Amino acid sequence: MTFEQHGENRFIVPIGPQHPALKEPGHFEFVVDGEIVTGASVRLGYVHRGIEKGAEDRTWTQNLYLMERICGICSHIHATAFVQGVEKLAGVEAPPRARAIREIFAELERIHSHMLWLGVAAHEGGFDALFMYSWRDREVVMDMLEMLSGNRVHYSANLIGGVKYDVTPDMMDKIRDGLNYLEERLVHYLDVVNNDETFIGRTRGIGTMTREQAQLLGAVGPTARASNFAYDVRVDAPYAAYTEFPVEMVVAEEGDLHARFVVRILETMESIRVLRRIFDNMPESELVTRVPRRIPAGETISRVEAPRGELFYFISSGGGEKPERVKVRTPSLCNWGTVITLAVGHKLADMPMILAGIDPCFSCNDRLVMVKRNHHDPQLWTWADLRNYGIEYYR
Amino acid sequence: MGLEVSKPWQQVLDKIRTWARVNSPWAIHFNSGSCNGCDIEILATLTPRYDVERFGIKLQGSPRHADVLICTGPVSLQAKDRLLRIYWQMPEPKFVIAVGSCGLSGGVFHGCYNIVHGIDEVLPVDVFVPGCPPRPEGIIYGVAVLLEALKSGKRPERTMTVEVPAELGVPKVEVSQ
Repeated sequence: MTFEQHGENRFIVPIGPQHPALKEPGHFEFVVDGEIVTGASVRLGYVHRGIEKGAEDRTWTQNLYLMERICGICSHIHATAFVQGVEKLAGVEAPPRARAIREIFAELERIHSHMLWLGVAAHEGGFDALFMYSWRDREVVMDMLEMLSGNRVHYSANLIGGVKYDVTPDMMDKIRDGLNYLEERLVHYLDVVNNDETFIGRTRGIGTMTREQAQLLGAVGPTARASNFAYDVRVDAPYAAYTEFPVEMVVAEEGDLHARFVVRILETMESIRVLRRIFDNMPESELVTRVPRRIPAGETISRVEAPRGELFYFISSGGGEKPERVKVRTPSLCNWGTVITLAVGHKLADMPMILAGIDPCFSCNDRLVMVKRNHHDPQLWTWADLRNYGIEYYR
Repeated sequence: MGLEVSKPWQQVLDKIRTWARVNSPWAIHFNSGSCNGCDIEILATLTPRYDVERFGIKLQGSPRHADVLICTGPVSLQAKDRLLRIYWQMPEPKFVIAVGSCGLSGGVFHGCYNIVHGIDEVLPVDVFVPGCPPRPEGIIYGVAVLLEALKSGKRPERTMTVEVPAELGVPKVEVSQ
């Protein structure tokens, strides 16, 4: 598809929203010169469901289940961020054992998310054997999560003021066995990522981002840490039980795709180490504290480290049974800027790998974004448009 | 399709066609606004633990190669046109499997402003797989139910007219038995 824009002929390759390389809907346009990408743009919003507005219509407890379903991969961490904010507003603190169990779930979820990503990213690079192997091993974590909570994807482990499920000693033994197996496999994957020639050819020196770029573009999570930008909410502002059971930050210096693979695999190993420490020193206490039904009026923020980076919640309460406003800022959305910038100068064939390199999660992405524009574009809705639409809808 | 064959031959051809379709249905997957949970479970059915290719089911990239549309999500308003376009591009006969609670009724997102509340509001759905998200076994069972129905020559009784928006430039699709 060629068309005139800014007085020059450009060839644009559109990708999505339905595309073999994408598992979720998103639309990309790459301007190419021969095989080299000279410009990129992204259009999101196919998964915008209106959750933030919907949250204002539900009680605090109902919202737990809604927030969990913002994303199916990092579901527990969304609920944790929401619950911690609400607990802060209510002035209660979850008991030590509940906080440790939250950390157990969060770290198991990180292992599952990173292994899922390892598979998908390898699949985008045409390395399907690694995709199949890592997803086979991922089922071990899924079994653990299912044993703990009874569900494979949405665990619903959080309650306001605690957790629902206890972790018994025989469950811990089973998880320990599984973790031993996983650690062995991860050592193997690290070996593959570091030594496989085809893999290195696809990843080393591709999509290199310097520390300054990462800071400027607002990258978060493993994407930023792979560029030597040491920032991890678990370390910098510990929540849940991360003060008692700290994690070590994994940082790499190269900033390319290869570094992102290494950082994520090492992070998974770090999660396994922390899980073992929690199981050895599990605090004893009840699982839930009493929380008032009406949350006192006030505003608060809550930050957690999701598998993809920093997740931020703003919660405002009017003192009733429902929140007044919930604002979610997800890590995937912060990382899109890096993709658009890094894509320029690379071959079109590298695009799927660069896209997958930030571990994009479209369902997390599709929050409301404000775009500053001078003219009125009928395709874009302003905040006022959206608000009017919302008011008309609920009338 | 222009080719005139006698009735007994037609029956033989139909049998062969059904046999081929039942033994190797090609599926396409589209996420119309779900939370990813169902999508990773659909992907998990392809991987060694569940390995849906045992039954000849293959996930395809292009709608023009697909027999079965496996669709998740409550259908957001922006994804609705895309979903219709994918459905229109699929060759006849085509079947739709709706996966997940929000694909059935809107589920947990019921009442949110940007969704259509269910895939069956937009497309004729043949099999519903409930669950939030359904287990991979559940998704495989859903496909198996559809294949059983095809084998015995039955199709869920359902007529629905799919209207594709004029701005997409595609003709109106009549769905019949």
